[in-house]
Amino acid sequence: MRNSFKGWLYLLPAIVFLGVFMVYPLIDVVVYSFEENYNFASQTYTGTGLFNYSYVLHDPYFAQALKNTFILVIITVPLSTGLALLVSLGLSKIPKLCGLFQTVYFLPYVTNTLAVGLVFMILFKKTPYSDGMINLLIKLFGGEAVDFIGGPYWAKMLVMCFYTVWIVLPFKILILTSALASVNENYYKAARVDGTRPTRIFFKITLPMIAPMIFYLVITGFIGAFKAYSDEVALFGTDLNAAGMNTIVGYIYDMLYGNSGGYPSYASAAAIILFVIVFTITCINLSASKRSRLF
Amino acid sequence: MPDTKTRFTNEQILRKTSRRRTITHVVIYVLLAVWGIMVLFPFYWMLLTSIKGYGAYSSEYIPKFFTLSPTLENYAEAFTAVPLAKYFLNTLIFTVFTTLLMMIVIILAAFAFARLEFRGKNVVFALFLSLMMIPNELVIITNYVTITDLDMRNTFLGLILPSVTSVFYIYLLKENFEAIPNELYKAAKVDGTSDLKYLLRVMIPISRPTIVTIVILKVIECWNSYVWPRLVTDDPDYYLVSNGIQEIRENGFGRENIPAMMAAVVVISVPLIVIFLVFRKKIMEGVSRGGTKG
Repeated sequence: MRNSFKGWLYLLPAIVFLGVFMVYPLIDVVVYSFEENYNFASQTYTGTGLFNYSYVLHDPYFAQALKNTFILVIITVPLSTGLALLVSLGLSKIPKLCGLFQTVYFLPYVTNTLAVGLVFMILFKKTPYSDGMINLLIKLFGGEAVDFIGGPYWAKMLVMCFYTVWIVLPFKILILTSALASVNENYYKAARVDGTRPTRIFFKITLPMIAPMIFYLVITGFIGAFKAYSDEVALFGTDLNAAGMNTIVGYIYDMLYGNSGGYPSYASAAAIILFVIVFTITCINLSASKRSRLF
Repeated sequence: MPDTKTRFTNEQILRKTSRRRTITHVVIYVLLAVWGIMVLFPFYWMLLTSIKGYGAYSSEYIPKFFTLSPTLENYAEAFTAVPLAKYFLNTLIFTVFTTLLMMIVIILAAFAFARLEFRGKNVVFALFLSLMMIPNELVIITNYVTITDLDMRNTFLGLILPSVTSVFYIYLLKENFEAIPNELYKAAKVDGTSDLKYLLRVMIPISRPTIVTIVILKVIECWNSYVWPRLVTDDPDYYLVSNGIQEIRENGFGRENIPAMMAAVVVISVPLIVIFLVFRKKIMEGVSRGGTKG
């Protein structure tokens, strides 16, 4: 009995923190999302129902945010995973400088997204004073200068995807490099004795062996990309709605705080919609990975 | 005679494959180097821009890839025109206290899960694990309301408290604690060592590598955190570096003083890059064991 008390005592700080800042908010956010016109200051609301959800789903800003987020997810997740696979395959093939390359590739992971985003903005931006670095390159190859930060939609989307890939690649390269290194060398030796072609080795040995890790990266990649927000702020500033580049998470925070803020009910409804989307896609991913692992 | 002939052709084949291998290697090195340049270029550009004079930078319609007259005036500007030192100090305070508080909480919890026996332990642990699936976006709304209601906006407490929770690290540390042989614990019990003393004297020193990894990962997370600080602070006296950078971008220096902006960006990025270069192995190992960016 005394021991039991002691166990709970050691757990107490964790339970208090998790209870106040995770469990209670979790219940509360569901409650908020059904309370209409909740007011911060007076803590009152006018009714309960699905109005908040209907408002969010009919809000053109939310539609824009949804569209941007889906485009970002569909482009960056396959692209970054594929690129990471290519890079780590390259790393596994070379005998020298591997450590140096790995260190360099990992750098974006430890940098402040907001700070480096500012550098990207300057590289891509076209101002009256200068066309910027990237446009210099484009013109060198005979192209036309484009303002990637304040210009057409596709240009902004391009920078956003490029920056996202740049940011997420270190983690994926790291995971895939260690996955490749852990494949048993004997498989390769046996294949070499049999005279198997390199492409066949890749598809019949390497890929199946690292498949679980690829699935892991795809699943976490989807989750991460759906929560994109800071990278967009870094590139386009805090007023993402004006730039037309808002994301779902950005929409939630804008509803909560800032110039358009003060609507925790709408924010909660949007957060729950986001959670449902992410949860559904994760379930689909998991079942897909389970089915393919049967082979 | 046929023997030597075969050997000869074998050597030829070997030479041919080794030449092909050299070519493949060169191609791989070139491609890897291309990506390396793409990773490093933004860092080069921010360093370069930060040492260009304001006048020189503004007059370059076509940006130059080097500068012949480097200057440090932008760094002076970065520290005097905006309270960069203050942002730095705030981030330092935030990072140190959040990490410290989190370490105490998770070490105690991990110890309870790994070594102590009490009723309901498995149920609580399962509940903890299920909390790992909860995205931050879902709970941040209520936390914002809670902190606002408690009148803790623009205070360090408001910044720190909700950032302490981390279920994943409890799990990671618990696994590590469990790997320590139970015999040590029993021996200590026989000797009459108290649980707390055992935790401090034996378990923490043995698990130091994992603890250091967790500390580093948390420090990186704190240093880069942007969303929560943005929500609960609107007084520049409590801005962290991320919010400071955003503030600088939108209001500071006058919009066009990009060299000074880049100087601020360099100053903010350097501490983490130094930590990374020093603890390179530990950080990469820790991240591959379960860090995700976010």
